[in-house]
Amino acid sequence: MATDDLRVLTSDSHAGPGDAGRTGSWRVLRPVIDYAKCAPAKSGKPSCFYCWLYCPDTVVSKTLQPQIDLTYCKGCGICAEECPPGAITMVEESKFSDEDNR
Amino acid sequence: MEAKKTQILDLCDEELVHPGNRGCAGCGLNILYRIGLKAIGEDAILVVPPSCLTVVQGLYPITCSQVSVLNVTFASTAAAASGVRAALRAQNNDHTKVVAWAGDGGTADIGLQALSGAIERGEDILYICYDNEAYMNTGVQRSGTTPRGVLTANTSIGGKRERGKDVAAIVAAHNPAYVATCSAAYPLDFHDKIAKALSMKGFKYIHAHTPCPPGWQMEERIAVSVARLAVTTGLYVLYEIENGQMKLSEPSAKLLGKKKLPPVSQYMQAQGRFRALTPADIDSIQNEIDTKWAGYRRQMTSAAA
Repeated sequence: MATDDLRVLTSDSHAGPGDAGRTGSWRVLRPVIDYAKCAPAKSGKPSCFYCWLYCPDTVVSKTLQPQIDLTYCKGCGICAEECPPGAITMVEESKFSDEDNR
Repeated sequence: MEAKKTQILDLCDEELVHPGNRGCAGCGLNILYRIGLKAIGEDAILVVPPSCLTVVQGLYPITCSQVSVLNVTFASTAAAASGVRAALRAQNNDHTKVVAWAGDGGTADIGLQALSGAIERGEDILYICYDNEAYMNTGVQRSGTTPRGVLTANTSIGGKRERGKDVAAIVAAHNPAYVATCSAAYPLDFHDKIAKALSMKGFKYIHAHTPCPPGWQMEERIAVSVARLAVTTGLYVLYEIENGQMKLSEPSAKLLGKKKLPPVSQYMQAQGRFRALTPADIDSIQNEIDTKWAGYRRQMTSAAA
């Protein structure tokens, strides 16, 4: 059997986001970061990033003002629990208007 | 000399796990998978049996994993990983890493004989077992590592009657190149242990304790803090074994200096799965922990003397 024939028989997946769809729709509570308390945002220097370290879903950015990708964030709240200065609060999704979601 | 410990800022920025995967919210395995792949890198082949990790990796045609993964049958993880290593050897490839990554059921129960065989043969692979203490993705059934007293789908009255297996000790009895235990609450420790293991030749084993919010019956947000409690109360011990010498890792070594450990009931009470335990059961678990730590303290003082 030639290699090309085998290719038809194997099912290799391609790496990419959103295998389970837009998992942000699973979310009940939305993480909101208060940059006045967030260590790297306040000091302007890369530091802390516990939210990035502990995020199970790769949705927090390792930037001076960490951003959360709400398309995929499942809202587990581990970032809010682990944030040393307590800069992240979990807010009910129903509190946000369609305007905020745009 | 001790290798320098990785800090958060030293971690590789590139993400090898994509978002939007099928992992549950607050999954402890997902945290370690993300950070673990940063240590393993892209030049690797992962060998994964049916487990939560297969669920996380996703369904054809999309996978969250940027690293090559070979999905194998439940019982064959370590045997298949040995085969992958043999195939690489036949291609004169000595740079690609072979990492078997299985759950506690696939390691302690179904894959145990393949694991034992591979260690005995001294295969050059790293085997990581993530231990969420039950068969979680099929609906929380008891596994060999489920602790005594835990409520699962098939120990729903009074909890599991038997003790959990200590898989790291079973592996250590084979005397492989490296054995270590890790926890999802200490991802940097996990990262460093993987890097150390991959720098060695021969069979390496890492056992990682990963919290599972649905299976442990707790809120997602406390997953990491509950996993941390397992370590800080002395219930789950982080250590490494090299050349038969056991060394406590930093988060656990800190407990040696404490006269009294925090009560393990904190850990139990944070989770719904332990609610069948009576106060007497918790006392007996506390006694076991105290005896274990008294043993560690004696070992350390006799080693120092």
